[in-house]
Amino acid sequence: MSPLATVPLIVAIPVAFFVVLGATLTLIGALGFARLTSFYDRLHAPTLATSWGTGATIIASALMFSFIDGRVILHEFVIGFCIVLTTPVTLMMLGRAALMRDRTEGSDALPEDMRRRRDPAADTPAGD
Amino acid sequence: MSRLFPHPVLSVALVFLWLMLTRFSLGYLILGTVLSLVAGWAYSALHSAKPRIRRWSAIPRLIGTLFLDIIRSNVAVTRLLLTEGRSGRQSAFIRVPLQITSGNSLAVLAIILTATPGTAWVEYETETGVLTLHIFDAAETDHYHDVIRNTYEPMLMEIFE
Amino acid sequence: MSETILTISLGYAQIALALAGCLVGTRILRGPRAQDRVLALDSLYVSIMLLFLVTGMQLGTAFFFEAAMIISIIGFVSSVALAKFLFRGEVIE
Repeated sequence: MSPLATVPLIVAIPVAFFVVLGATLTLIGALGFARLTSFYDRLHAPTLATSWGTGATIIASALMFSFIDGRVILHEFVIGFCIVLTTPVTLMMLGRAALMRDRTEGSDALPEDMRRRRDPAADTPAGD
Repeated sequence: MSRLFPHPVLSVALVFLWLMLTRFSLGYLILGTVLSLVAGWAYSALHSAKPRIRRWSAIPRLIGTLFLDIIRSNVAVTRLLLTEGRSGRQSAFIRVPLQITSGNSLAVLAIILTATPGTAWVEYETETGVLTLHIFDAAETDHYHDVIRNTYEPMLMEIFE
Repeated sequence: MSETILTISLGYAQIALALAGCLVGTRILRGPRAQDRVLALDSLYVSIMLLFLVTGMQLGTAFFFEAAMIISIIGFVSSVALAKFLFRGEVIE
């Protein structure tokens, strides 16, 4: 018997709901990522996948394995924790790298008042 | 005591992480505690500045607010992405003057703003304390100004400063 | 009954996540700039990590969980390294 058949219906419905929600949000994020035209817009699309896309999938996974194994399983939340803490670092660094590159090249992706840093004296990154 | 546990929060979090990744038993608890103590010493050797949390009671409130905010902005960004091209959405850079200055509260604010769909942290000027954000929907400029100034900043100040 | 629901929803999730991976992959190919490709690589890691989780659920084994966790950690490290490279590597030198 496959392990899926041992899951009671009352658990299967929320699991199915969360899995579908997570996958759909990730798909919408990816769709937006492929369609949006500017880099700074695209910076927002992956956060759909990393907030509720990941969140819903790990909730579903934790629910299902808790029932299959008959004990509370929380290790999925380690992934969630890891994603929540690491994605902002990546996105912030990419955002700042893109800003710096656009400024160096004088790209027109930036509005007029953003083309130059206001005070070039100190270039210490915040939060380091 | 503080020599033995230089970073109590970090150590406790590591013990929890260890128990979540394995299964709960006395052996794993002891092993995890030893490992987290060693990690705490190693971390204090690397990085001696300690985050000082003044009010623990504000943390659950912050997490709750963040949770609701993430749901709200997920819905908003999903709607905007699905109607992209028809809704006339425009993105914008906004500048928000911040009152918080400590590195820890800025780091937490950065995590909050970047984890929430719809806002991206672009630049923070240390000298002036002005934060530049990129927001997905320029129509929500006032909303974000309001949320940062009246919701997150007071909570972070309560926790860290 | 519950097996049918789970099979359908997990199958849908697998297709959706694979499609998401493909869409993000087109962005890696299309660019246009290096930061777009790095951002796309980072989202590709997330999509594949979720695909692994869902596949693990469908097969009922916890094996895929370890793989998913390693993907998420390696994805973070590589994206940060690439972002750091964009900072220092190409433009300044």
